[in-house]
Amino acid sequence: MHRTGELYGQYKTLDQQKETATLGMWIFLVTEILFFGGLFLTYAINRHEFPTAFGVGGNMLSLPLGFANTIVLIASSFTMAMSVWSAQTSNKKLVPIFLILTLVLGTVFLGVKVVEYKQKFDHHLIPGHGFDITYCSKNPAACQLEGKDLADEIKEIKEGVEAEGGVVALNAHAQLYFSLYFGMTGLHALHMIVGAGLLLWLILESRKGRFDANYNTPVENIGLYWHFVDIVWIFLFPLLYLINRHLA
Amino acid sequence: MSGTTTQSGGEHQLPREHYLNATYGIRSWLLTTDHKRIALLYLASVTFFFFVGGIFATLIRIHLLTPNGLLVTPETYNKLFTMHGVAMVFFFLIPSIPAILGNFLIPIMIGAKDLAFPKINLLSWYIYIVGGCFVLYSFGTGGLDTGWTFYTPLSSIYSNSAVTPAVIGIFINGFSSILTGLNFLVTVHTMRAPGMTWFRLPLFVWAHYATSLIMILGTPVIAITLLLAGLERMFHFGFFNPAYGGDPILFQHLFWFYSHPAVYIMILPAMGVISEIIPTFVRKPIFGYSFIAASSIGIAVIGFIVWAHHMFVTGEATYAAIAFSFLSYLVAIPSAVKVFNWTSTLYKGSVSYDTPMLYALGFIGLFTIGGLTGLFLACLGLDIHLHDTYFVIAHFHYIMVGGAVMGYVGGLHFWWPKITGRLYPEFLARAAAVILFIGFNLTFFPQFVLGGLGMPRRYHNYPPEFQVLNVMSTAGASILALGYLLPMLYLTWSMRYGKIAGPNPWPATGLEWKTASPPITENFHETPEVDWEPYDFVHRPDLGLSGSKPKLPGKLSPAHGDD
Repeated sequence: MHRTGELYGQYKTLDQQKETATLGMWIFLVTEILFFGGLFLTYAINRHEFPTAFGVGGNMLSLPLGFANTIVLIASSFTMAMSVWSAQTSNKKLVPIFLILTLVLGTVFLGVKVVEYKQKFDHHLIPGHGFDITYCSKNPAACQLEGKDLADEIKEIKEGVEAEGGVVALNAHAQLYFSLYFGMTGLHALHMIVGAGLLLWLILESRKGRFDANYNTPVENIGLYWHFVDIVWIFLFPLLYLINRHLA
Repeated sequence: MSGTTTQSGGEHQLPREHYLNATYGIRSWLLTTDHKRIALLYLASVTFFFFVGGIFATLIRIHLLTPNGLLVTPETYNKLFTMHGVAMVFFFLIPSIPAILGNFLIPIMIGAKDLAFPKINLLSWYIYIVGGCFVLYSFGTGGLDTGWTFYTPLSSIYSNSAVTPAVIGIFINGFSSILTGLNFLVTVHTMRAPGMTWFRLPLFVWAHYATSLIMILGTPVIAITLLLAGLERMFHFGFFNPAYGGDPILFQHLFWFYSHPAVYIMILPAMGVISEIIPTFVRKPIFGYSFIAASSIGIAVIGFIVWAHHMFVTGEATYAAIAFSFLSYLVAIPSAVKVFNWTSTLYKGSVSYDTPMLYALGFIGLFTIGGLTGLFLACLGLDIHLHDTYFVIAHFHYIMVGGAVMGYVGGLHFWWPKITGRLYPEFLARAAAVILFIGFNLTFFPQFVLGGLGMPRRYHNYPPEFQVLNVMSTAGASILALGYLLPMLYLTWSMRYGKIAGPNPWPATGLEWKTASPPITENFHETPEVDWEPYDFVHRPDLGLSGSKPKLPGKLSPAHGDD
């Protein structure tokens, strides 16, 4: 025995109910685009203003971790799409399996993000009074720099200082970069956490066999949300990690 | 139509069962998903914030009675005008018409049982309350002195007042606005009754559709902007801080990208109200229906590309300034389309001066003054002189108070019989409308003159030669206050003692007037079918107007001759 989609009082038909929910989700995603849009604009303007400092900052990020996370997130989009497909084709057993996989991949992403944040903390790259972009070049022992060697790092900092006209300016502008890094990835991570909560609810519901070809609106709509959050990362990754890699 | 009373003759009776007496108890209100009850929850909370903002305004006007200030220290004065602005803009004007009248009316006007997402509707009220609590906390613990515009770096670094809770409160409140807009958009798209085509929608619904577009596209931007400013204040992030290379002007751009369209969130719903009132009291179809509908969308679209006219004196690029000046002039066109269409509707109509009509006529006059003085400010050269003077204050109060609030109070009167089932005392209401009009003009017209003479805004004192005009303004404000208190008193009184209104006291043509007053929880006993054109008085014998065909009680006759 299972409960499929009940028809709420304000609607006339289940079709209308589904159309309404889907339209609502798309409109919500439009507001999300505008929400992130403000951040992307702030990033674009400042990147244009301080290309060198932003390059130095971007090269302080861990490319292997960022790349791994990108793969993890794309994979999670695939499993999410598969759970929607399972629901649409009434493979009731498969729906929770793919949802659990999606949740696991999402959690892995967040875990990697925690490791990255911790690293930035150790490297004195948290905006605030302790921020020091030159910390790693001065204390190489305290930093493990994945994907590049220290000589490159020191050279970059040196070039950055020259281009920005002094270490104070470079430090300030690199701090602006890291403000944006934490603002953008933090907001993205927050959306991932909300998505993880939604997935948890979906998993519980789907194990009751609620979703099939007749009724799968929640799977579809949360799927839309999940894909949206993925796409944000698809933009964040190149903007934050990749732009200045050719210098390295 | 069981449960409704008949149109003609004799005393009306309240329907035996309606949304107000369907269930009782505080839980039935706080957990309701009925859009009509949620509208009343908003009415109570929005009125509260109107009072809060009103008290600050009163103190400002009393303080400005004398050149050196009568009442408070300069620091407190900064807080007064800031808190007046924050309370009025974010917690009164923006939610007023959409969240109260829109919430109540849109489902009924399109023949639906409720909004598309009733629970989300209730959620947005709770979000509003939580946001409001944060802001009240800020007001109570040190106040707020940044101006309602929160310009950085004052708000993010230097201000010693309670900026953080206020920013959090407004951030939270934004989601209430977003969800309301989302709900309206989806409702209009998917919940219309059979026969309610897009071009049979009341213009009130068109106006709210345009408003909702702005709400969902603009509000997220102010949310992220305030979030960034808040992060900067709390964690020393450097987005807008010049010390880190951040750009304070960027904050202004992002702020006005929402806050200019926000002006249209305030005025478009009021325009929708006026478009309903005028044909009703002229007994004529509105002139140029599709133009008024399209101009709402036009205002919403152009409204998004004029924001930098708030920043002509920030040293923005000359060519950018010219473009924004031109676009600002452009937005006057759809606004003027509305004004001309309303006045054309009056032509050769049979005008009756009932209270809502007085507000509507007041709106047309005051909005025209407010709109035309906006063109002064959109003019690049003149703006250098007028920027940050009382001319600006007068201009936007003519739009926001003379326009939006007149529309709001007028709409409240117009639909009061539908909301409560009872009529307000007509004579008192007409007197209040006139008092409000006089008080408003006496308050704000002198401020145009003051601004032209060069009195800057946001100063706690002024040169002695400006005193006469300031005293006039304060005197006007006290009349204006009376004009607001009167409706609050007699509307409250009428909820219990007013004459029973009946389903359609005016009579008006909208679908909302075809159900009982007050309506049942589901709005209609049966889903209505619409087979008449909007604002058509001629082919509507059910309205019971003399000159139209014999009335067919309880059943609509098809519209003849204009299929």
